[in-house]
Amino acid sequence: MSAFRQSVEAMIPALRRYARALARDMDAADDLVQDTLVRALRSERLFLGGDIRSWLYTILTNLNKNRRRSLARRPLLMPLHDDNPDASGTEAEGRDIERALATLVEEQRAVLLLVVLEGMSYREVADIQGVPIGTVMSRLARARAHVRAVIEGERPALRRVK
Amino acid sequence: MTDPTIPVTEDELHAYVDDELPAERRGDVESWLAAHPADAERVAAWRRMAEALHARYDAVANEPVPPRLDLELLDRKPRRWILGAAAASLAAFLAGGAAGWVAHGAASPPALLQNVTGEALDAHRLYVVDVRHPVEVPGDEKAHLQQWLTRRCGRTVQAPELEATGLKLVGGRLLPGPTGPASFLMYESASGERFTVYATKTAIEAAQMRYTTQDNAAALSWAERGVGYVVTGGTDRTRLTQVARLVYDQAERSGG
Repeated sequence: MSAFRQSVEAMIPALRRYARALARDMDAADDLVQDTLVRALRSERLFLGGDIRSWLYTILTNLNKNRRRSLARRPLLMPLHDDNPDASGTEAEGRDIERALATLVEEQRAVLLLVVLEGMSYREVADIQGVPIGTVMSRLARARAHVRAVIEGERPALRRVK
Repeated sequence: MTDPTIPVTEDELHAYVDDELPAERRGDVESWLAAHPADAERVAAWRRMAEALHARYDAVANEPVPPRLDLELLDRKPRRWILGAAAASLAAFLAGGAAGWVAHGAASPPALLQNVTGEALDAHRLYVVDVRHPVEVPGDEKAHLQQWLTRRCGRTVQAPELEATGLKLVGGRLLPGPTGPASFLMYESASGERFTVYATKTAIEAAQMRYTTQDNAAALSWAERGVGYVVTGGTDRTRLTQVARLVYDQAERSGG
């Protein structure tokens, strides 16, 4: 196996984690990862060095944007009562963060996950999303404020901003 | 050295939490937080948020990687895998019957193909019962129909010849699809059974053929070269497969 393939393979677990948090649905997430890998393998010869990790995250982020666009017409269904008093603290916490993520605008969710979950630098995220660092920072700030508001039970801001 | 009297901005608080702050400013931020409890609480909330994200999702990275993401498998026949995906699954479907095929393609249908299939089934149900106005352009104006749909859909639309299965072109329509215009062609047999062929551009390059039934209709869908196809008809699987295979072969030959 070439060095390129080894680098791609080593990234699969992290890509799955990112995709799961981004897409929320396990099958849709693995579809995203599979499409990312197929695209990456096909483009091996086009890949002229550089950071394979950022490149894979870029492909996945873009694929998800396309997927979201096609899902845009579907209403977002949220459970009315998802409080399970028997759930352990960690489970309840996991559900809270999942629910909060679901309410984020796509770009903001991606920034939050890339920075916090995947440990990317602001610079890397700016390259992945193809926007200036300032935009990354404002998306991150809005994402954090929104998630915090949702988790703490406040009414989230209804404004939809970049 | 930075000036500790300069107020700490929100951007700096984020940069502090994300380890993006220049080392010489960290001390200033820490003193600021000691003096500003509301900011300190915000920073603490962001840290808890990070912990919750890791607690919820890190386990995913430790799961065994599912076989369908095996690089060797995806890589073995890179070109054929892409171009022949639908053909291979159709062959498996014909050879093994639905049960075997479902096990073979255990991966979930890509959401995009699901959307396209849903639209096609809706259109099928809506128009197939229409006796007087099932289509916009009748089949005896086939050349005009193909030209029109090609222009409006932005890709070559050819109405496949399905005479070999006893089906005659009734005509076609232009429909709004999930990501753009869709071509919708209707065929009919001498006994009045109707099949429809729905096609639209999609972001999926290629996808295996999948079988769906809903109410009294059944559909075979796949994607090839960025076009999603759905052949819908009655629930007779063998018959549907015959028709889908003709559509598939002709789309292959004409290059889309």
